[in-house]
Amino acid sequence: MSTVQSTRAGIGEWISRSAIFVLLAIMIVVFQVQEPAFLNVNNLFSILQAVSITALLGVGITVTLAVGGFDLSAGSVAAFAQMAASYVLVVNQVTGTEAVIIVLLIGAAIGIVNAILIVKVGVPDLLATLGTLFLLVGLELIPSGGHSISTGVMLPDGSTGDGKFPADFLALGRWHLGGVVPLPVIILAVIALIVWFVMERTRWGRVFYAIGGNETAARLAGAPTKKYRTMAYVISGVIASLGGILLAARIGRGDVSAGNSLLLDSVAAALIGYAVLGVNHPNVFGTVVGAVFVGVLLNGLTMLNAPYYAQDFVKGAVLVAALAVTFGLRRRRD
Amino acid sequence: MSPSTPAAAARASLAQSLVRLSGITKRFGSTLALDAVDLDLRAGEVIALMGANGAGKSTLVRILSGVYPPDAGTIVINGATVAPTSPKAAKALGVVTVHQAIAEVGVPTLTVAENLVLDDLCAAKTGALASRKQIRARAATIAAGIGLDLDINQTLDRLTIAEQQLVAIARAVASNPAVMIFDEPTASLSKDEVDRLFAVIDRLRERGAAILYISHRLADLRRIADRVAVLRDGKMVGAFEQPIDLTAAVQAMIGRGIGRAAQHTPIERGAPQLVLSRIKLRENTEPFDLTVRRGEVVAITGAVGAGKSSLAEIIFGVRPPAGGTMTVAGRSWAPRAPGQSIKGGVFLAGEDRWRTSLFPATVPFASIAGTISFPFLRGWYPAGPVGTAREREAAEHGIRAFGVKCRDHRDRLNALSGGNQQKVVVARWHAEPAQVLLLDEPFQGVDIGAREDIVRAIRAGAAERATLVFVSDHEEALEVGDRIVVMHDHKIIEDQDREAIDLAQILTAAAQIGTKRPEAET
Repeated sequence: MSTVQSTRAGIGEWISRSAIFVLLAIMIVVFQVQEPAFLNVNNLFSILQAVSITALLGVGITVTLAVGGFDLSAGSVAAFAQMAASYVLVVNQVTGTEAVIIVLLIGAAIGIVNAILIVKVGVPDLLATLGTLFLLVGLELIPSGGHSISTGVMLPDGSTGDGKFPADFLALGRWHLGGVVPLPVIILAVIALIVWFVMERTRWGRVFYAIGGNETAARLAGAPTKKYRTMAYVISGVIASLGGILLAARIGRGDVSAGNSLLLDSVAAALIGYAVLGVNHPNVFGTVVGAVFVGVLLNGLTMLNAPYYAQDFVKGAVLVAALAVTFGLRRRRD
Repeated sequence: MSPSTPAAAARASLAQSLVRLSGITKRFGSTLALDAVDLDLRAGEVIALMGANGAGKSTLVRILSGVYPPDAGTIVINGATVAPTSPKAAKALGVVTVHQAIAEVGVPTLTVAENLVLDDLCAAKTGALASRKQIRARAATIAAGIGLDLDINQTLDRLTIAEQQLVAIARAVASNPAVMIFDEPTASLSKDEVDRLFAVIDRLRERGAAILYISHRLADLRRIADRVAVLRDGKMVGAFEQPIDLTAAVQAMIGRGIGRAAQHTPIERGAPQLVLSRIKLRENTEPFDLTVRRGEVVAITGAVGAGKSSLAEIIFGVRPPAGGTMTVAGRSWAPRAPGQSIKGGVFLAGEDRWRTSLFPATVPFASIAGTISFPFLRGWYPAGPVGTAREREAAEHGIRAFGVKCRDHRDRLNALSGGNQQKVVVARWHAEPAQVLLLDEPFQGVDIGAREDIVRAIRAGAAERATLVFVSDHEEALEVGDRIVVMHDHKIIEDQDREAIDLAQILTAAAQIGTKRPEAET
């Protein structure tokens, strides 16, 4: 390769590698100049707290993207999990620990349903998970008759749920380490680190990515591809239900509208993640950075009194730009 | 049929230059892909362009077909200097190319008839409402023109790859081009399909078209070429007129002598390593036996669709046989999945490397090291975390043993040339000792130099295992095998030691295969 070409490729590489960090830095500087309270420890952690749940969902979606799939149901799994946690706490009056275990099992079960549809029945990933998305959005309303769930909720059969959210459960969403670092942020860090390590540094991660790249080649090289694709959806389902638990713990009730923007935000995080460091494939680190990027952007805009209704538009614009950068560079490189 | 007849030679010498390329130069970065190349194409003549991978054949084809412009030099067609800026522009000048890549062949969901008249349909000069009857009539004429013997009402995706390729050729020929470029057209064709293609080429030659033919197969060139031009490292290093000395041409191409198949070192034949008893590939085919001894390299040949790949897949556990039993090293062998076979030391390098073996650039570990280590990760890294030392060592060993040209083990597969990619695929299955090694078309799209390297490495590692090489090319079979097995209609019809076989005999067996169309493989 000539010096001219390699320099050009080098600049392209550099842009695709660092674009998102440069934009992040510019945004932070602009917000800081406009609003000095922006770079304040409490505000920074409130941004992280706000993005922790979407980032968590994005991490799960990233695993399904790695196997060449796409879990569109992650957002509604979290919303469903949030309602389910509230229901078992308020109506069945289980302990906090029991609620967590039950909801995580529900997440795993939904992952298995997705996997059966996709791997066994042969429904395309996007369509299968779109189907479960609708299914869950409807199903979460049935037990409470369409009501949000908190102590004293009236159920369709006329009885009331008298249980309370126990303190240990609420702490999952509200406790701060040293009074500063929110527990959801710590949970996100731990989960993201584990999944990152598995995906990037172990043979299991290689199999996930291999299946996404060329399933036939992976199978002929001895990989049990169906098992891994099933695992990907179970992982996504469990992580999404964990996100739902944190959401329920933070708001302290089962809110029928709580999961509304989760899907878009977490999908955006995972897709923006493609562009981070110019890796051009789904990756856990990129997803977390993508979620933070969107979080900073929205927080800053809110501080600057940008209208709330413009937020989705801004998110969409960022996503489209990130995708154009990623895939544009990929094409030029080929 | 033979181009070496006096008539053909006379025709060739009488023919005038239809296309004249002079001083064509093309630079990609610091690589001089083409260095002042001159080439004449004459009407009514087939010129074969030979060259190793990376010699500049494809670049020359792309310049002539308008994909990109030359940095210097001129293209003269029919006395007029031209500069085609796109394949469409080249086509308007009468230059049509048939590519080897399957993706460029046609629209899989349309019928054969619709694909045959696709150019007309897209040009819209037939009007918005082309009637089915018109399409079919026009398509039938085109199909008849090259003797395409297919149901033109079925959709393209129902056809075998070879049949799809014939459709593409029929479509290209339909516009009656002045210059026809064939880029590796026989790579996926069976013997009788190749015959049909050659009949088409003969017909084009009769019509006075100039034909540029690119192939790695010597047998093709011997049959079809009136002249041979040889490229090496971007330079025209040889031009051979009738009678063509192919050995000299190949020598010019690789810059060294050909290692003839006759130079095999003798092998030690050990105990039976792979024994197939009464194996049936399909419910409705006849059973057969096959024994391969330890140390033996058996070449299994036969037309596309003769069942070679099915046999390989059954031994490898991709699917079960329809009947019969197998043993490996004396123990019963009935694998249910590739993973189980790999654990048991039975390895398969599949045909068509980008479909069966390699991972695209978007896969993070799609380097030489990552590709080689992938099937063995469980054994090499049982705890889970992947260290780089072990796979690096295996990759470096493979790079040395097969002569892979690269910077180091971290090179991405898509950055390597086709021959080197294929070397990596075969090297992968030498990273662990095998009981039985199955190689399906290991020389696909590989030049003669790389083929020699691969054959040498395969034979060097064959002592402790049974090696089965599945190739449809007979010369390749002779080059690699100690024993030649010929398959037809999902069973074995010939099985002889290499010493006892002569090429004529194998070709006769193959010719008999050609008389009956094999069923498409599913």
